[in-house]
Amino acid sequence: MSLTAAVFVALVLVASALGFTAARRNGGDLRALDEWALGGRRFGTLLSWFLLGGDLYTAYTFVALPALVYGVGALGFFAVPYATIAYPIVFLLLARFWSVAHERGYMTAGDFVRGRYGSRSLEIAIAATGVLAALPYIALQIVGMKAVLAQLGGIFSIGGGAMPLAIAFALLAAYTYIGGLRAPATIAVFKDILIYITIAAAIVIIPHALGGWKSIFAAAGNALASPTHPLPLLVAPQMQFAYATLALGSAFSLFLYPHAITSLLSARSADVVRRNAALLPLYSILLGVIALLGFAALAAGIHAPPNEIVPILFARFFPPWFAGLADATIVIGALVPASIMALGAANLFLRNVVAPLSGRAPSREAGTTKWLTLAFCALSLVLVLSVNVKFAIYFQLLGGAWVLQTAPAIFFGLGGRSLPARALLAGWLAGMLAATSFALFDGFAPNIALHLGSFTLIGFIAIYAVAINLAVALLATLLLRDRAPQREIA
Amino acid sequence: MARRAWYWLLALPFIALLDVPIYNRIDPRWDGIPFFYWYQLAWVVLTAALLGIVYLATRERAR
Repeated sequence: MSLTAAVFVALVLVASALGFTAARRNGGDLRALDEWALGGRRFGTLLSWFLLGGDLYTAYTFVALPALVYGVGALGFFAVPYATIAYPIVFLLLARFWSVAHERGYMTAGDFVRGRYGSRSLEIAIAATGVLAALPYIALQIVGMKAVLAQLGGIFSIGGGAMPLAIAFALLAAYTYIGGLRAPATIAVFKDILIYITIAAAIVIIPHALGGWKSIFAAAGNALASPTHPLPLLVAPQMQFAYATLALGSAFSLFLYPHAITSLLSARSADVVRRNAALLPLYSILLGVIALLGFAALAAGIHAPPNEIVPILFARFFPPWFAGLADATIVIGALVPASIMALGAANLFLRNVVAPLSGRAPSREAGTTKWLTLAFCALSLVLVLSVNVKFAIYFQLLGGAWVLQTAPAIFFGLGGRSLPARALLAGWLAGMLAATSFALFDGFAPNIALHLGSFTLIGFIAIYAVAINLAVALLATLLLRDRAPQREIA
Repeated sequence: MARRAWYWLLALPFIALLDVPIYNRIDPRWDGIPFFYWYQLAWVVLTAALLGIVYLATRERAR
C-alpha cells in the first residue's frame, strides 16, 4: 500500500473510532428519540459550529464546486454569495424557528407545520418533500467519495470502488445507529480540523507552484474562453439574473433540508443559533478558496472528469502523506453529512409521513427511527452503485427546487399570521409541479429562460417555481377569505 | 436604537451580493485576483461582522 493510501486508511479509521465512542459521551438515555436524534438538544456554540459546518459544507460541495468552476468559470462561484446571504436568514428566521420548536418540543419541520396549521395533509406534503430532497443528497456524498477512491487507485477503485464504499457506509450506518447525532457531531470536530489544515496548505502551496493568482486567472481565462463566452472570468451579461437567483434560491432552501433542521435543533439555545450565524461564514471563505481551485486545475493543465480534479490537484502538488490526509478529509467530509441526512430524513419520514397516515402518535423512542436510518443509508448506496451518477445529480438538483417549495409554509408560519393551510397546500402543489416540469422540459439544467414578448430572463427554476407557489397560495387565500379564521400562534 | 432598526443592517449583504452588475468586473484586481472574486469574498467577512454587531446590539433586549 502506498504512503498516501496508508495515511488515508488510518485517518478514516480514526474518524470511525471517534464515531463509535461518541455514544458514551454526555450521558443521556439513547433509547429516547430526543437524545438519539437531537443529542438531547444540549450542543453549545462550539460543537454546533463544528456540527453545522460539517453538515452544510459537504464533501460533495468540496468536489463539485471546483468542478463547476473548472467547467463554466465565474457562474460556478454563485456558491459564495449563496453561502453568505444564508446567514442573515439563519439569524432572523431560523433562530425564531428554534425558539418555537424548543417551546413546543418539535423535532422536525413536519412537527412545526402540524402544530402551526393543524393540517395533516400539509404536514405530510412538507415532510415528504424534505425526505425526497434528502435521499439524492446522501447519494451525492457517495459520488464525492468515489472521486477520491478513483484517484487512490489500486484496490480502492476496483468495480468503481464498490467494495470500499460499502465498507465506509457500513461503518457510517453502524455508528449512527449506536450514537445517533452525537456520532457525526464528534467526527465533525475531527473532520473540520482536517479541512482547515488541508485548505490552508492548498492556498499556500498551489498558487505558489503555479506562479501566483495573476497567472492562474490568466491561464484559466484563456483555457475557458470561447466565441460564445469571451470573458469566462466574469458572468455573461444575460446570466447575471441567473447568478443572483441561484444564490438567493439556494440560500433560502439551505435550512429547509432535514439534515440542516436536525443540526439546528440540536443547539442548546436560540443564542447559540444566532452566534453561529455570525461564525459559520468562516466556512464560506474556505468554500470560496476551494472554488478557485477549479481555476488552479485549468492553469495546471489538468484534463480529467471535472469531479476528479481536486484529488488530482492534491496528488500533484502535495507530498504523498499529505495527499492521503487531504483525501481522507474529503471522505470523512462525506460521512458526517450522510449520517445526519439519513438520520434527519428517517425521523421526518416516520414522524410526519408514516405516523399521520397510520393515525398513530409518533413514538418517543428511537428504535424504529434507528432502523430506518440504516435503510436510508443502504438505499442511497444502491442508488449510486446501481443507477447512474448522472441520475443522482439530476435528482438532487430537482430536490433543491422541490425543497424551496416548503419555504412559504415554514417562513410565513413564523410570524403572528400566516396563510390558511389549504392555500399553502395549493401553492406547494403548484410549485412542485412547476419545478418538476421546468426540469423535465429543460433537460435538468438549473436555469430556464423566461420569455416575456421579446424580453428574455434566464433564472433559477426553483425561484420561478416558488413565485408560482406564492401566487397560487395568495390567490387561494383570497378565495378562502370568508372562512373561519385560522389558529393563531401563541 | 430599537432592535428592529439594527436588523436593517442585515439587508446590506443582500443588496451587495444580489445586484450582480455592480461587481461583475475584472478591475481593480487585488494581488492578481479579479474584483469579481475578492469583492464577494470580502462580503463574506463583512456579513459575518454585521451579524456579530447585530447580535451584540440586540442581545440584552432579547427577553
